[in-house]
Amino acid sequence: MSARHSTARSIAAHAILILYTVIALFPVFVIVVNSLKSRRAIFAEPLALPTRETFDLVGYRTVLAQGDFLQYFQNSMIVTCASLFFVLLFGAMAAFALSEYRFRGNALMGLYLALGIMIPIRLGTVAILQMMVASGLVNTLTALILVYTAQGLPLAVFILSEFMRGVSDDLKNAGRIDGLSEYTIFFRLVLPLVRPAMATVAVFTMIPIWNDLWFPLILAPSEATKTITLGSQVFIGQFVTNWNAVLAALGLAIVPVLILYLIFSRQLIRGITAGAVK
Amino acid sequence: MARRKAFRWHIAVFLAPAVLVYTAIMIVPLIGTLNLSLFGLVEGSRVFVGLRNFAILFGDPRWSAAFWNALGNNAWFFLVHMLVQNPVGILLAALLSSPRLRMAAFYRTAIFVPTILSFVIVGFVWKLILSPIWGIAPNMLDAVGLRGLFAPWLGREEYALTTLALISVWQFVGIPMMLIYAALLSIPDEVIEAAEMDGVTGWSQFWKIKLPLILPSIGIISVLTFVGNFNAFDLVYVSQGALAGPNYATDILGTFLYRTFFGFQLQLGDPHMGATIATAMFGIILVGVCIYLFAIQTRLRRYQF
Repeated sequence: MSARHSTARSIAAHAILILYTVIALFPVFVIVVNSLKSRRAIFAEPLALPTRETFDLVGYRTVLAQGDFLQYFQNSMIVTCASLFFVLLFGAMAAFALSEYRFRGNALMGLYLALGIMIPIRLGTVAILQMMVASGLVNTLTALILVYTAQGLPLAVFILSEFMRGVSDDLKNAGRIDGLSEYTIFFRLVLPLVRPAMATVAVFTMIPIWNDLWFPLILAPSEATKTITLGSQVFIGQFVTNWNAVLAALGLAIVPVLILYLIFSRQLIRGITAGAVK
Repeated sequence: MARRKAFRWHIAVFLAPAVLVYTAIMIVPLIGTLNLSLFGLVEGSRVFVGLRNFAILFGDPRWSAAFWNALGNNAWFFLVHMLVQNPVGILLAALLSSPRLRMAAFYRTAIFVPTILSFVIVGFVWKLILSPIWGIAPNMLDAVGLRGLFAPWLGREEYALTTLALISVWQFVGIPMMLIYAALLSIPDEVIEAAEMDGVTGWSQFWKIKLPLILPSIGIISVLTFVGNFNAFDLVYVSQGALAGPNYATDILGTFLYRTFFGFQLQLGDPHMGATIATAMFGIILVGVCIYLFAIQTRLRRYQF
């Protein structure tokens, strides 16, 4: 390959990637920029950055006065963190049992738990709602945490058991000779070693939970338990003609996630690539 | 699990929480839903009606028209993803994985941004951008002299579904990109070097060497896309409402299930027909996954390094 040919190729590659990056980021840019502008400026020059004359936070003031976004955000945080914790803990425990011990029904159990990767939990919604009504869990965050834990477990068990098979037996046996209990071996020796896999699972578990609209809408639509996804959906539905408020609500929903993502993106991408490279 | 050795309690302890939660919240309701589809309300009480609900779903012209409409739309939704999302994802991954590419981390991070956003954000953002009132899309087309191409895409029956599918592609293209990127990175350097020795470089290297090696990953992405698409709901609900307008042009199985189960406007919700639709969706997904597992996956050649 001549040097010139290679330069041309690399320029073409950059051109395509930049083009797609613009496509990916443009909508986010438009929303965030316009949420900071006055109503007139939003319509007059939608693509212009806010200047001193057009800068206006009226949308954000409306949103904060009307919607309980702090509460929604807190609900989303609680639901996501609690579900993530249970998925990772229970998933890792089950994965350890499946990958470490030989017992009758091991393969069958693995298959049973993997079934949920292919069959979406939403199809059971009708019965889940009846069950939650019967147990009085409707409109509680517990209902959401339970559902999301069940939803996340199959993939977690699958990925983590693949990884745990790779943990050296010598290490575990050395631990056993030193008289460590099976629980200590799991928590002290194995868990720290599969941390990259846990990151992968965390990413794949977290995003759909945070963004889910279906279960909050059905299981916990009350004002006190709305998640941020449902909360912004309802808010926007009510304020459809108030462009400042709608744009500000979208901005409020985007910015925290975007900041979190930028902080964790390195970890996140390493997690994803580590998960696929077995 | 009775054994010659003492019963190993720790195995049960390790397995119990996951199995219990999973069984109670996922498997039991799933079976409950399948079971519920066999019941119906007769004079206010729940009785076993066998397959009557399915006869209604497929036999009654009103129900079956709505069902086939939703299924057809869903199939088109899936097809758009397969034809646009996955090729674009593979192209981006191939470009990203080329050695000595500068700013690769930046591109990766930026292109993945839409994937972390929720459907609510994505739906409304695109609704605003495509809105004829605000005029971002028409003005941008105007700037390149293509004003005539603009139409209220989300409001026209003939365009709305494709537009939504493309929005969904925009959101999720990061996932195939990442998975393929990871698969490409895991191809050993020796294989690539050997290809280069033989003079296979550039695009032909991609087609002849790399693509066959990442086919299993493409298979997994296809089946994930399939399950995700036939289970989709949020984007349509957020941007077009539960009625999946205009005139049900964007109705997919998820919105159809939601409307049937919870009711809408004047129609009352019907848990039995809802369960019937959920069972039908279950069947469709099961058939799709089985086709993949038995017809495709077994034929894929895997290479071990």
